[in-house]
Amino acid sequence: MIAAAALAATETVAQQAPETGSGFSVTDLIMGHILDSREIEIPFTHTAIALPPLHLGPYDLSITRSVVMMWIASGLLLVVTLAAARRAKDAVPTGSRNVLEVFVKYFREEIAGKLIGHDSDRYLPYLLTCFFFVWFCNMVGLIPGFATPTGNISVTACLAGLAFLTIQGAGVRQYGLVKHLKNVVPGGLPLWLYPIMVPVEILGQFTKPFALCIRLFANMTAGHVVIIGLISLIFILKSAWVATVAVPFTLFIFVLELLVCFIQAYIFTTLVATFIGMSAHPAH
Amino acid sequence: MDPKGLAFLGAGFGAGLAAIGVGIGIGRLAANAMDGIARQPQSAGTIQTAMLIAAGLIEGVGLFALVICILLAFKG
Repeated sequence: MIAAAALAATETVAQQAPETGSGFSVTDLIMGHILDSREIEIPFTHTAIALPPLHLGPYDLSITRSVVMMWIASGLLLVVTLAAARRAKDAVPTGSRNVLEVFVKYFREEIAGKLIGHDSDRYLPYLLTCFFFVWFCNMVGLIPGFATPTGNISVTACLAGLAFLTIQGAGVRQYGLVKHLKNVVPGGLPLWLYPIMVPVEILGQFTKPFALCIRLFANMTAGHVVIIGLISLIFILKSAWVATVAVPFTLFIFVLELLVCFIQAYIFTTLVATFIGMSAHPAH
Repeated sequence: MDPKGLAFLGAGFGAGLAAIGVGIGIGRLAANAMDGIARQPQSAGTIQTAMLIAAGLIEGVGLFALVICILLAFKG
C-alpha cells in the first residue's frame, strides 16, 4: 500500500536528516495534523484562535478542533438538506432535491431494504445520518486548512459505539432481551460446538463495531499522512525539482482520497445495515 | 541492539508485509472482477460496485496493521 511505503520512506529519511536547518520536522508536521488541538490555526497567518475548554465534572468536554470541524460538516449538511427540502412539495424533483433523492432511494431500497427487510424504514433515518455525516466529515478534512474529524479515533469510536447500541437495540426491540441474547449464537448447532461458538459470537458482537471504528479512522488518517509525507519530501530533500514528481503524485492521491471518503462512508453505512439486519432478522 | 531501533525495524517490516498482503488480496480481487466484466459486459456496473466495496474492506484490514506499525514507530 502506498500509505505504508510513503510512511516508511519519510520515517527513514527524517531519521537520517533530523534537523534540516530551519527546524523542519516531518514528524511534528504530521503529528500536528493528525492529533486534535485546542486552537484553530488560520491558514497563511501565524495566528490561532484558542478554543474554550469545558469541563463537566471529571469529563473533559472542551471544544477542540475536531468538534468545530464536526459543526462545520453538520452545518454544510444542514444547508444542503434544507435547500433540497424547501421544494419538497413539488411533484417533479429538481436540483439538489434530485441528487439527495438518488442517495436516499438507493439506501432505502438496495441497502436498508435488502439487508434489514420489512421494517427497514425504522432504521433508515439513522443509516442515512451515518452515511451523510461520515461522508461530509471525511470531505471536510480535504479542504486546505481544515482537519478531518473522523481522523480522530474518539470520533470514530463514538460513531461505532452508537452503531453498537443501535444494533443491540434493534435485536432487543424485536425479540426482547433474553431471546436477543440467545439469538447471538446461531441455532441448530451440534452440542460440542457451543463452547467454541458462544465466546466467538459474543466477542464478535464487540469486534464488529471496533473494526468499523478502526477502519474509518485508519483510512482517513493514512490518506492525510500520505499527502503530507509526499509534499514534505520536497522539503526533506531540499530540492525544488522533487516538486515536479511529488506534486502530481500528491494530486493523484488527493483525488483518490475524494473517492475513499465516499467509499468509507458507504462501507460504514452498509456494514451497520448488515449488522442491524443480522440482529433484528437473523436468518436461521 | 537498541530497542528503539528494533521498534522502527519492526514498524518498517510490518508496514511492508501489510502492503504485500493488501496488494495480493486486492490484486486477486481485481483480476476476478476483470474476468467477470469480460465474460458479461452488461454487468460491469454491478461488478464494479462490488469490487470497490470489497477493496475498501480489504484495505481496512491492511490499515489495521498500519495503525499498529504507526503505534510502534511513534512510541519507539
